[in-house]
Amino acid sequence: MSHDFRKMTRRQLLSRGVAVGAAIVVGPGFIAGHDGAWASTMDALKPETMATLVQMARDIYPHDQLADEYYVIAVKGYDVPEAVDETEAGISALDDAARAAGHDSYLKTGWEKDRVAILRGIEDTEFFQKVRGGLVTGLYNQKAIWPVFGYEGESYSQGGYIDRGFDDIAWI
Amino acid sequence: MTAPFDLTDDSVVVIIGTGAGGGVLANELAQKGVSVVALEAGGRYLPQDYVNDEWESFGQLAWLDGRTTSGDWRVAKDFSGLPAWIVKAVGGTTTHWAGASLRIRDHEWKAKTHYGALEGANLLDWPIDGAEMAPYYDKAEKKLNVTRTNGNAGLPGSNNYKVLEAGAQKLGYKEVSTGRMAINSAATEDRPACQQTGSCFQGCKWGAKWSSAYTDIPAGEATGNLEVREKAHVLKIEHDDSGKVTGVLYADADGNQHMQKARIVCVAGNSIESPRLLLNSASSMYPDGMANSSGQVGRNYMRHLTGSVYGIFDKPVKMWRGTTMAGIVQDEARHDPSRGFVGGYELETLSLGLPFMAAFLDPGGWGREFTSALDQYENMAGMWIVGEDMPQETNRITLNTDVTDQYGQPVPNVHYSDHANDVAMRNHAYDRGQAIYDAMGATRTLPTPPYPSTHNLGTNRMSENAQEGVVNRWGQSHDIANLFVSDGSQFTTGAAENPTLTIVALAIRQADHIADEMGKGNL
Repeated sequence: MSHDFRKMTRRQLLSRGVAVGAAIVVGPGFIAGHDGAWASTMDALKPETMATLVQMARDIYPHDQLADEYYVIAVKGYDVPEAVDETEAGISALDDAARAAGHDSYLKTGWEKDRVAILRGIEDTEFFQKVRGGLVTGLYNQKAIWPVFGYEGESYSQGGYIDRGFDDIAWI
Repeated sequence: MTAPFDLTDDSVVVIIGTGAGGGVLANELAQKGVSVVALEAGGRYLPQDYVNDEWESFGQLAWLDGRTTSGDWRVAKDFSGLPAWIVKAVGGTTTHWAGASLRIRDHEWKAKTHYGALEGANLLDWPIDGAEMAPYYDKAEKKLNVTRTNGNAGLPGSNNYKVLEAGAQKLGYKEVSTGRMAINSAATEDRPACQQTGSCFQGCKWGAKWSSAYTDIPAGEATGNLEVREKAHVLKIEHDDSGKVTGVLYADADGNQHMQKARIVCVAGNSIESPRLLLNSASSMYPDGMANSSGQVGRNYMRHLTGSVYGIFDKPVKMWRGTTMAGIVQDEARHDPSRGFVGGYELETLSLGLPFMAAFLDPGGWGREFTSALDQYENMAGMWIVGEDMPQETNRITLNTDVTDQYGQPVPNVHYSDHANDVAMRNHAYDRGQAIYDAMGATRTLPTPPYPSTHNLGTNRMSENAQEGVVNRWGQSHDIANLFVSDGSQFTTGAAENPTLTIVALAIRQADHIADEMGKGNL
């Protein structure tokens, strides 16, 4: 992933945004974190669609210790003209499913367990599987998140672990 | 003649593939003065080229040509286009392998005799045994400089090993060690000592692990008797009116086709591509494919039982640090039908990086059951189950004429369904593996399904009787005297051991035989 997320920050626009989910602010042509820590301009998708997609991504692979920006990066690839129709249709169907379950929209479904129930209802669809499959690499192959999980990545450049704790387990 | 050789030179031995089988055979023949052209579908990558990043390395090394799958194995659902995780490069899957170097056990050479008739299993005894193979195993262990042989020390135990060892000992297991590994525990003239870097699957950047890519291949080339042609994908083996093979048709990197003449052809393209090539070489004389009068080409596909167990603890393990597979429990590798299955299995340390753990822990899984396990990645220990799966005639490689590759040839379909014995053994292994981690205070254990196959075996199997298999005790096809099979597809049965050492030993032995027969004028 090559996005330099900090360069996409547009804090000055945050005041014009509308908070729709727990943590995501949707504005004209952008979405942003509630606390202003991040923002992303939209190239093709509606900002509401992107916000829903980000929430969907978090509900599929929820890691409470990961900030939204990593999920945004993971699904930013759908924000291109050639993916718009399929993505808007997929998110529209997701909102339909949410309304059928008695909610205003997917994003406005307050509890994770209710959103997960909605996702379980569509998990065999091509759209869901495409989003889920894409996240496996789109999320977990971001080197920036590896330290959050303790994973250290390659070690050759540091001479391996022979002098850096390959056998340092202390509790056995 | 010295390399390079002419396309029209019909005195050369053509070897298709340069991995554990083809790469070793090429060097062994070259050392004896035999002219060899080795055709390798992949490019050449050396330690300085390897990338210790899982997905990037996968893109660099993995065989990604089109394949299809069927059968009840979960790989067909979760990785339908990727039945096997093997390598397309000079050195083949010896770049990716983890180094475990074990001899097949005496009872495993004679599986039919020891296991008896098993409904649905196409068991057969190998025409060779441990005594016959012993001198070749000696040579293979010396070539690979295997730890705990030839006076070599074992590798030191990593964190992941220490969890396995302590848990196994608590359960009373006795055969627990850092194993026999083709990874240097001390520097030799041509390879440094292991630096406990991890990333063994991505290619050893130190060259401490044996791979034919930077040992046998350059040694063979240095004789002047071996020419390796990279990015040369063999499409068809040709024959004359007498039925003998005369050469091979291959496509070069630009897709241009060439015919290389040959005195002998040796097929070593792994257990999916090797039978595919024989089937794609069908002709009016061999309408069912080359060397296939028995109808066994492509059948009896085996992939080892496999499966993994991960344990989560309340304290860090950092399993990715250190040699990936230097840790083994061998007590369950015995044949003891009282456990409810024939044959046995090994338990070996294993770790994946975070990206591959996400892909393979529970393919298709999502939600908090999945992510709460990944959240504990740092506190995970891991082991791999390597057990003997049953040969079944219906588990097989066939040509899928509905899907063609970049050369317009039908892709291989890999069909695999578990035998009841496989299921019983895997469940036993899951239970024992989970018990090992439970004994160490695991807060959660994860019986993880098999990954795409790395041990692909048996699709051109060795048999005494020409009706029961494809090749004889030398790997020579029953039907065509100057056509050999030199890879793991020769395996009559799978045994419980990682197959590379046996493939290497068979290649050394086959080289002796071929050179002898050439000398006598029989080939």
